[in-house]
Amino acid sequence: MAWLMRISAIMGKELRHLSRDRLTFGMVVMLPLLQLLLFGYAINNNVRDIPVGVVDLAQNSDSRALIAAVKATQVVNLSAAYAGIIDAERAITRGEVRAVLVLPADLAQRLHQPTRTQPAGQWLIDGSDNVIASALLSLRDMPLALRPGLPQVRAIPSFETVLYFNPERRTPVNIVPGLIAVILTMTMILFTATAIVRERERGNLELLITTPVSSLELMLGKIAPYILIGLLQMAIILGLGHVAFDVPINGSLLAIVGATLLFIAASLTLGLMISTSAKTQLQATQMTVFILLPSILLSGFMFPFEGMPAPAQWIAEVLPATHFVRMIRGVVLRDASLADMPLDTVFLCLFTGVGLVAATLKFRKSLD
Amino acid sequence: MSTPAIEARGLTRRFGSYTAVDQLDLRIPRGCIYGFLGPNGSGKSTTIRLLTGLLTPNAGHINILGLELPRQAEALRHRIGYMTQKFSLYGDLTLDENLRFIARIYGLPRARARTRVETLLQRYGLTRHRRQLADTLSGGQRQRLALAAATLHEPELLFLDEPTSAVDPENRRDFWEKLFDLSDAGTTILVSTHYMDEAERCHYLAILEAGRKRADGTPQQLMEDMNANVVEVQGGGQRQLKTELLQLQGVRSVAQLGEQLRVLVDKRIDAPLDWLRANSSLGKDTHTLTLVRPSLEDVFVTCTNNADSAPPAAPVDS
Repeated sequence: MAWLMRISAIMGKELRHLSRDRLTFGMVVMLPLLQLLLFGYAINNNVRDIPVGVVDLAQNSDSRALIAAVKATQVVNLSAAYAGIIDAERAITRGEVRAVLVLPADLAQRLHQPTRTQPAGQWLIDGSDNVIASALLSLRDMPLALRPGLPQVRAIPSFETVLYFNPERRTPVNIVPGLIAVILTMTMILFTATAIVRERERGNLELLITTPVSSLELMLGKIAPYILIGLLQMAIILGLGHVAFDVPINGSLLAIVGATLLFIAASLTLGLMISTSAKTQLQATQMTVFILLPSILLSGFMFPFEGMPAPAQWIAEVLPATHFVRMIRGVVLRDASLADMPLDTVFLCLFTGVGLVAATLKFRKSLD
Repeated sequence: MSTPAIEARGLTRRFGSYTAVDQLDLRIPRGCIYGFLGPNGSGKSTTIRLLTGLLTPNAGHINILGLELPRQAEALRHRIGYMTQKFSLYGDLTLDENLRFIARIYGLPRARARTRVETLLQRYGLTRHRRQLADTLSGGQRQRLALAAATLHEPELLFLDEPTSAVDPENRRDFWEKLFDLSDAGTTILVSTHYMDEAERCHYLAILEAGRKRADGTPQQLMEDMNANVVEVQGGGQRQLKTELLQLQGVRSVAQLGEQLRVLVDKRIDAPLDWLRANSSLGKDTHTLTLVRPSLEDVFVTCTNNADSAPPAAPVDS
């Protein structure tokens, strides 16, 4: 039984290690909780309240009745009205709405024919997210029983649909740009988080502190090389995605690099903030996981943002990844410019600025 | 040499409820090698960290090279060098890369940096290893590299925290030769150690214990001023004898060195040899007693109560 005693001795010691390392112990409890909540909330392919707009060229009781019927499905949330097609398409490009319902001027005539020969209107759909697109396509054959007695025509769909940006509805088109956000979150945060902690763990920091290097100089010098690494990763993902999976790159290189740089800056700042509070590289890695999980699940990378309940959306809005997923999809797929998405752009800038100040203040150049 | 290199008054540093450095007064003249001698946990490293601005004191005044700490810490950076207890250069960089990195951190102009790196590699016998990763160096080479890095910017004041704790005696002697060269060139050196042979080489010494200064002066002075006589006892039955002698009020400590016992007898006892014989079972024929010159270790033991035999009645003063 000596072997049993030896094993139990090691077991006892291991449990003691665990109980002393509060962060690891916290992970034991927090990880299942976090996962459960994230998955429970985030996985929702039954999307409701998709923001859409309307171009009502008919402007009569029929069009109003039809809009009310579309609203009643609860699939969409009619949040905006546009004067013409051009405005509507711009709104889709900017990501304000996921689709626009165009009701033609001759709507009454189309609806009141004894047998309907034409669709009543047209959906212009942003096809870059498949789940969203599927939900919207389900509206194509919604019954148009606006008034009792009107005949249903099965052969002719209620609405014509046009899928923009991804007409073949291929998954990689949506996944590949979003993947940039996930990969960059993973590497940028982890690299910077461990970089400073490593200097502290190995004792290099004790030497550096007695030299003329200032906190800000040390931080900037440490994160700068990772900017290049981040750009390289972005180039690999987009390049390979374009060649192997035929992902269209519609946006300008300038906008792509601009958006990526903003996100890299925000992620590196987040990594720095972790590095000032983590004591060991293991702790830094664990904290990174805490950021990474919601960044994958809540950012809209895997599951549509519109499908999540409000609290999950609030959490998502705090994460840089959510904003970047929106930006990079907009830029790469819809040829949006950064000016088209001012809120996301401003958020990433603010996040970086505030985070850098916070990290520098927290990282005091002493061993106290 | 008007102002001292280091002047500290009432220096105190607490970690929670534990006081690591307690009301320490220091005055270290320029150009000397000053040693901190003390057991582990006596506050040597903490004091050095306070004096280099790595830690902020809870109380007390520090003036280094005429600058007030911690207020003027940044201005001091260029004028001091610090060699950490643990090797703190980069193991995955070569010697050349490490030294050039330090040179750039201190803002040495390119040409000056190049000649300094060459000079130091040469001086510390590392030229042959310059393209080697620092991790692959031996303990002695690594110490010399650390010293080279700490003196690259030619500091006026050099702090060395247990510089030779991982080094064999041969390398230690070698290392001290380099320190004397630096001292000769005018650098003030503050070194902490728990090795007696190392302490003996210092111009001045402070013996620290539990964050307090127990004694200071030149090693010679400390040995002369020691308030105990040293008696060497030769003969059989050392273990029993040791226990017996420790019972005596006037015996400060007894240490066994092979076949001998080294007994520290309070200086207030006039004829220690006779007194020992009179008060113990030491036989006239079986045991030889000799009065010998005190060593630094004896000073250390009397100062720090660190012997396994602190007699309750014997007062310790310095």
